[in-house]
Amino acid sequence: MFEIGLGHYLTLGAIIFTIGIAGIFLNRKNIIVILMSIELILLAVNINLVSFSIYLNDIGGQIFTLFILAVAAAEAAIGLAIIVVYFRNAGTIRVEEINRLKG
Amino acid sequence: MIIHSIFFFIFSFIAIVSAIMVTASKNTVHSVFFLILDFISISCLFIMIGAEFLGMMMLIVYVGAVAVLFLFVVMMLNVSQQKNQWFASTISSAHIPMGLLISVIIFFEIIIVIAGWKYKPEILNSFPNSIDSEITNTHSIGYVLYTDYIHVFQISGIILLTAMIGAIVLTFRQRTGLKRQSYFKQITRERNESVELKDVESKKGVKIDV
Repeated sequence: MFEIGLGHYLTLGAIIFTIGIAGIFLNRKNIIVILMSIELILLAVNINLVSFSIYLNDIGGQIFTLFILAVAAAEAAIGLAIIVVYFRNAGTIRVEEINRLKG
Repeated sequence: MIIHSIFFFIFSFIAIVSAIMVTASKNTVHSVFFLILDFISISCLFIMIGAEFLGMMMLIVYVGAVAVLFLFVVMMLNVSQQKNQWFASTISSAHIPMGLLISVIIFFEIIIVIAGWKYKPEILNSFPNSIDSEITNTHSIGYVLYTDYIHVFQISGIILLTAMIGAIVLTFRQRTGLKRQSYFKQITRERNESVELKDVESKKGVKIDV
C-alpha cells in the first residue's frame, strides 16, 4: 500500500509545476519571484525526467537533467542581469509599474 | 521499504510547502531561503531514488550558484520597496481568481494524464542506455555523456559561455571622469620624450616648470 511508485514522483512533479505556474500568474509585485517560479517549473521537469529514468531503467533522462541544469543556470544569470539593468534604468522592478509596452 | 515511504512523504511535503512559500512569502529574501530549502529536499529525493550524482549536482549548481546569485541581486536592489504582497493587495486583484482557476485546471489536466496513462510492456526493454547495476551512477552517466551525447555536451558549454558574455555585456557600465591606469600609454612611452638632461649652473639651481 505504501509502495512508492512512479505515480508518486509524477504527482509531486505536477504539484510543484502547478505551484510555479500559479506563482507566475498571481504575482504582481516582484519580478525576482517570477524568475524563482521559473526555477520551480524547471525543477518539476527535472523530477519527472529523473523518475522516468529510474523506473524505466534508462540513463538518458539523467543526462538531459544535467543539460537542463546548465540551461537553468544560464537563464538565471541572464534574467538577473536584465533585472539589474532594468532597475538601473527605471528605478523599479514592481510588475505593476512595468508598463512601457502598454500591454 | 516502509522507511523509504516515510522519507519520501516527509521530503515531498517539505518541498511542496516551501514551493508554496516561495510564491506567497512577503519578503523576497525569505522566498530565496525557501527556494534553497526546496532544492535541498528535492535533491534528497534524488539521492533516495538512486540518482546520487544528480542530487549532489543540484546541490552544487542550484544552492551553491543560482540561489546565491538570487540573494546577491535581491540584496543589491532595494528590498524594502519590493514587498511581495499579492494577498493583501487592494488594487488590481481581479487577476487572482482567474489565475487560481487556470492553475487548478492545469493541475487536474496533468493529474488526469498521469492517472490514465499506461506504457506498453515491451517498451521497458527497448531502451539503448539501460542502467547497469554493477557500476555506480556517476560511472554510468559518464559512459554515456562523453560518448553518445558529446555534441550536446559541447553545446551546453557554449550556452554557458554565451550566458556569461551576455551577463557581462548587459551589466557593464562605462564610467566617465575616473582616473585609471592606461596600459597602452605606459608601455609605449619613450625615453627621449619623457626624460630630459639639463645643465645646472652653480648657485642658481634649475627651474622646473610643471
